[in-house]
Amino acid sequence: MHASFLTHARSRYLWIALALCVASITAYVWHDPGIAPNGGTWLGYTLGTIGALLIVWLMLFGVRKRSYASTLGSTLGWLSAHVYLGTALILIALLHSGFQFGWNLHTLALVLMLAVIFSGFFGVYAYLRYPTLMTRNRDSATRDAMLEEVAEIDQNALALADGIAPEIHAVVLRSIQNTRLGGGVWTQLRARDGSDLAIAKVRQAIAERATQSGGAGKPLQAGQTLVAMVDFLAGQTDDRQTEALRKLIDMLSRKRALATRVARDIQYQAVMEIWLYVHVPLSFSLLAALLGHIVVVFFYW
Amino acid sequence: MGERFTIAIVGSGPGGLSAAARAAERGTSHVLLEAEPHLSNTIYRYQKGKYVMDEPAILPLRSPIPFAAGLRETILGAWDDATARLKVNVRHGHEVSAIQRRPDGVFDIRCGNGATFEADAVVLGIGLQGNLRKLGVAGEDLPFVQYQLDDPDAYEGETIVVVGAGDAAIENAIALAKQNNVVIVNRKDEFARAKKGNEQGILKAIEDGLIECYYNAAPERVEALSAGRKPGRMILTTEKGRAQILVDRVIARLGATAPRGFVEACGVTFPSKDPASVPAISAQYESNVPKLYIVGALGGYPLIKQAMNQGYEVVETICGDVVEPADAPLLKAKFASLQGFASLEQALGQIQRSVPVLSHITPLQMREFMLDSDIRTPADGEVIFTRNDYTNSFYSIVEGEARVAIEGQAAPVVLRRGEFFGEMSLISGRRRSATVTAGPNCVLVETPRRSMNRLIASVEAVKREIDRVFIVRAIQSRFAPEASVAQLAEMAEGATLKRYKAGDIVFQEGEVGDCLHLVRVGSLTISRNIGGRDVVLTYVAAGNYVGEMALMGESRRSASARAAIATETIRLDGDAFKRLLNRIPVLKLRLQKEYKDRTAANLAMQALPGGGDIISFLMAQGAGEATDILLIDESLCVRCDNCEKACAETHGGTSRLDREAGPTYADVHVPTSCRHCEHPHCMKDCPPDALRRAPNGEVFIADNCIGCGNCERNCPYGVIHMASKPPKKPGLLQWLLLGRGPGPGEAPYDPAVKKDGQAKKAVKCDMCKDQAGGAACVRACPTGAAIRISPEEFPAYAQSRR
Repeated sequence: MHASFLTHARSRYLWIALALCVASITAYVWHDPGIAPNGGTWLGYTLGTIGALLIVWLMLFGVRKRSYASTLGSTLGWLSAHVYLGTALILIALLHSGFQFGWNLHTLALVLMLAVIFSGFFGVYAYLRYPTLMTRNRDSATRDAMLEEVAEIDQNALALADGIAPEIHAVVLRSIQNTRLGGGVWTQLRARDGSDLAIAKVRQAIAERATQSGGAGKPLQAGQTLVAMVDFLAGQTDDRQTEALRKLIDMLSRKRALATRVARDIQYQAVMEIWLYVHVPLSFSLLAALLGHIVVVFFYW
Repeated sequence: MGERFTIAIVGSGPGGLSAAARAAERGTSHVLLEAEPHLSNTIYRYQKGKYVMDEPAILPLRSPIPFAAGLRETILGAWDDATARLKVNVRHGHEVSAIQRRPDGVFDIRCGNGATFEADAVVLGIGLQGNLRKLGVAGEDLPFVQYQLDDPDAYEGETIVVVGAGDAAIENAIALAKQNNVVIVNRKDEFARAKKGNEQGILKAIEDGLIECYYNAAPERVEALSAGRKPGRMILTTEKGRAQILVDRVIARLGATAPRGFVEACGVTFPSKDPASVPAISAQYESNVPKLYIVGALGGYPLIKQAMNQGYEVVETICGDVVEPADAPLLKAKFASLQGFASLEQALGQIQRSVPVLSHITPLQMREFMLDSDIRTPADGEVIFTRNDYTNSFYSIVEGEARVAIEGQAAPVVLRRGEFFGEMSLISGRRRSATVTAGPNCVLVETPRRSMNRLIASVEAVKREIDRVFIVRAIQSRFAPEASVAQLAEMAEGATLKRYKAGDIVFQEGEVGDCLHLVRVGSLTISRNIGGRDVVLTYVAAGNYVGEMALMGESRRSASARAAIATETIRLDGDAFKRLLNRIPVLKLRLQKEYKDRTAANLAMQALPGGGDIISFLMAQGAGEATDILLIDESLCVRCDNCEKACAETHGGTSRLDREAGPTYADVHVPTSCRHCEHPHCMKDCPPDALRRAPNGEVFIADNCIGCGNCERNCPYGVIHMASKPPKKPGLLQWLLLGRGPGPGEAPYDPAVKKDGQAKKAVKCDMCKDQAGGAACVRACPTGAAIRISPEEFPAYAQSRR
C-alpha cells in the first residue's frame, strides 16, 4: 500500500539518522581533546569525513533519480534516506566545526550547507502539503481540459458579444487577450490571471453603455454583485439583449472560476518545483565550497 | 449463359489475387471478380503510407506476385505491376451476388451488375470486411453518394450529409465539419452506439452549431439535380414530416454486412453460431461444397502471406497437381523430436487418435492447430508449469503421463494419455491452480491460448468436452481434499454454467439461497444494502465460490452478488451441497471457518465509512478484470512525472502510461495504464498473435507485431499506442558535461527525427518484465505515490485508505 517518503519502510532511515546523531553527540561529549573542540582533532576529522561523504552521497540522489533502470534500492527509499540523513548532516557539521564560526571559507561552506538543507525542508513541506490541495483544486479535471474549456468559453463569449454590440465585442476580445495563464516564475507563483480584470472591463463597458443610452436607472455601482448588475441591466435594454448580456456575464464568471483554478494549479505545481531551483544550484556551490574547505585545511593548516 | 472459365476467383485480396496470378501463370482459364475499381480493397483502404508487415517471417512466400514488408503504396504498386505482367483476367466492378452449384457440378455466378459466369471451380477470397451497407433508397448509387471517406481534408466549402450514427460516421462528420457545412442524419434519437469520446465530440459539435443533426430521421431518396448550384438533393423522413437538403455530397457510413450470410447462401456451412467461427475447410481449403475453395481471412487465415500461399496452393489443387502446403516443412520440424512416423499426415492422425478432444476437428484445423502448437517431450520429473504462474497455454497428453500436484492434497493426480490439462487458466485467465510435472515417457502438445480459444469457438464438441472437464476439476480443486471424487460426482452432475453481463445480479440480499456459485471467469462484488445504499463489502475473483453462507447458516442471502465484469459461474445445487456437508464433517468444519473469516471481513468493511466506495470506484474503472493495476495516491503525488519518464527511458522512449489522465476518487487516482486484464481485450484480434502473457502475468507485445492497430482499438482503457522507435540518447555524463541532448527523462528534442518512414508498432506496458527491479514507474516514484496491486488486495487496500 502507499507509504510516503517519511514513513517508508517504517521510517527506517529516521532511526538510522537518529542513531547517527546520538552516536555523534555521545562521542562529542565524551571526547576531550584538551583544546576547544574543532575539526582538527581525530573526532573532528572523523565527523568531517562522514559529513563530506554524506554530502557527496546526498548529491548522488540526482543521479539515482535519473537512473531509471537502476536496481540499487527504490527512488522512494533513496528520497527517504536523503531527507533523514540530510537532516542529520546539520548536527554532524556543527559538531565537526566545534561551533567555531568566522568570516571565512569554512563557515561559508557551513552556511551554504544549511541553506541547501533548509531549502530541502521547504521541499518536504511542499511535497506534503500541495499534492492534496492540487487534487482538490483540479476536481478530477486535467489542466488541459480546463484550458480547453477556457478557450471554448472565450470563443462562445466572443460570438455572443458580437451579437450584442461592437463595443462589448471589443471589450470581450481585449479581456481574452489579457487573460494570461502561466508565464514567468513570478506570475506562476502569484496565481493571478487577467480574468478579474476582464469582468471588471465588461462591467465598465456595460455601465458606460447604460449611461450613454441615458437609461432611467442609476449608473452601475462598482462592486455590485453580478445578479444585481443583471437586474440593473434588465431595466436598461431590450429583452433579447438583456438575455444575451446575462449569458455573457454567466460565461465570463464561469471562465473566471476556471481561469482561477488553472492559475492556482500552475501555482501549486510551481511551488512544488521552484525550491529545487534553489536547492540544486546551492548544493553545487556547497560542493565547490566543500572542496575549497578541504584543500584549504590541508594546505594551510 | 455467361462466359465459361475453369476457375472463378471471387475477391482480389492477397489470397484471390495470388490464385488468379498463379492461374494466369499456368495458362489456366480464369476470371478474377472484384467489386471495386482497384485490387485488394482491404489493403487499398489502409491509410496512406502505412507500413505493412509480412508476418509470419518463418513462412516462405509461394506466389507469382511479390510480397515483402513495406509501404502500402509499394506493395499495391508491385501487385498492380504483377497483375498486368501476368495478364490476369481481372474484372472490376463485378460484385458477386450469388454462387450456385448446378447438379452437373458447374457453378453459376451472378454479379450485382447483371453479368453471369460459369466456372468449374470457385475460389472465395472475400475476406471478413464485408460489403459496405448502402443507403437502400432510390439514388443510392449516384456519383455524389459515397460509402467511405479517405481524406476529409480533400473537401472544402461543400454541403455534406453524413448518414449514420456509428464511430465512422461521427469521425467523418467531425473531420469534415472543419471545412464544410455538415449535416448528420441519425435514425435514432441518440448516438448510443458510438464510443464515449466520439459521442461527446458529436454532441458538442451539434451543440456548438458546427454540425446540424437530424434525429429520428431516415433518408427517403437521393436525387441528382441538373439545375442550381448543388448537384443533388436528399429527401429525409423526419418526425415532423419531410425535409429536403440540397447537397454536394452524401457520405453514408452504415457499417458492413458480414459476409457470412452470403457465404451461407452459397451452401457453405459454419460449425457454430459464434461470430468468430469460420467455415470448416479441408487441408486443400475445400469447403463442404465440392470445388468451392475458401482462402484468406474468411477461412481463418488473417495474414497476407498465408492467404497468398493458399491462393497458389488452391490453383495447383484445382489443376490436379499435388502440392505440399507451404507449412509442411514447419510442421515436419515440429515432429522431428518424435520418431517412427512415415508421413506428416500419419503423425497428425496419430495425435488426433490419441487425444479424444482433438478427434472432432478437421484435418486443416488440425494442421493449423499443430502449426501454432509445440510438441514437448519433457524428462520424467520436469516441471511443466508451476502453481501461480500466469501462463495460459493448453496441454494435451499424447503419450505417457503427467502429475498434477494440487495444494492440500498429498498424492498428485495422475493424468494419462488422451487427457488434457491447463484448461483452468485458459478459461479463467488467472494463475495456474496447480503445479504439473511430467511423468515417464511424456509427450505433450502445448497449444497457445489464441489457437485453443479459436478451436473452442469453432468446434462445439471441443467446447463441450472442455467445459465438462472444467466443472469436475473446479469442484474437485475446491472441495476435494476432504471429499472423494465419487462423493463429488453428484454435485458435478447437477452443476450448470451461468453467464452474466457486467452489473448483472447473481443473487440478491434477502432471497432464499438454494445454490452456490463457483466463479469461473470474471469477478463479482459482494454488497449489502445499508441505509438504502448499496455498500460494497468485498470483491470475489475467479476461482472462488460465493453463496455458501445461505446454505450453511442463515437460509437467506446476507448480501448481494453482482458481476463486476462479464462473468461465468458454475452453479452448484444447494441440496446436493448440503448433503455433501452432512456426509463429510471435516469439509463442513473447513467451510465454516472460511465462513467465519468472511463474516468478520465483511463486518470490518461495513464498519468503515466509505471503504467500500473505493472498491466500487475501482470496479467502475474496470479494475474487476485487472490482474495488476497501477494506482496513484494523489495526496502523495508531486506531479513530477518521474513515473512517465522512467517508463519512456526503459521502453525505447515512449511512455506507456499517462499519469495525469484518468479519474480520481478520494485521492486514489487510476492513471491510463495497462491493467493486464484476465482476458485481455487487446489479444482478441491480433493477426500475428503478438500479444502474449508472460508467466508473471505481464501482457506484452512480441516483436512480430505487424502494426495493424487492432489492439489499440480493442483496448477499452486506451493504454496501447502506435509508436516508432526514437533515436538513441546520449549517456548521463555526455548530457551533463558536454551538453549532448536530450537528457535522461527528456523527450527527444527534435521531433522531425522521429517522423521517418519507420514502421509504427503497437506499444504497451509490459510491467517491465525485462527490467531486473520490476515496474520502473513504481520504482521511480520518489514519494511512494505509485503502487501496483492486484484486485485481490482491493479490500485490504480500501481498509488501508481509511
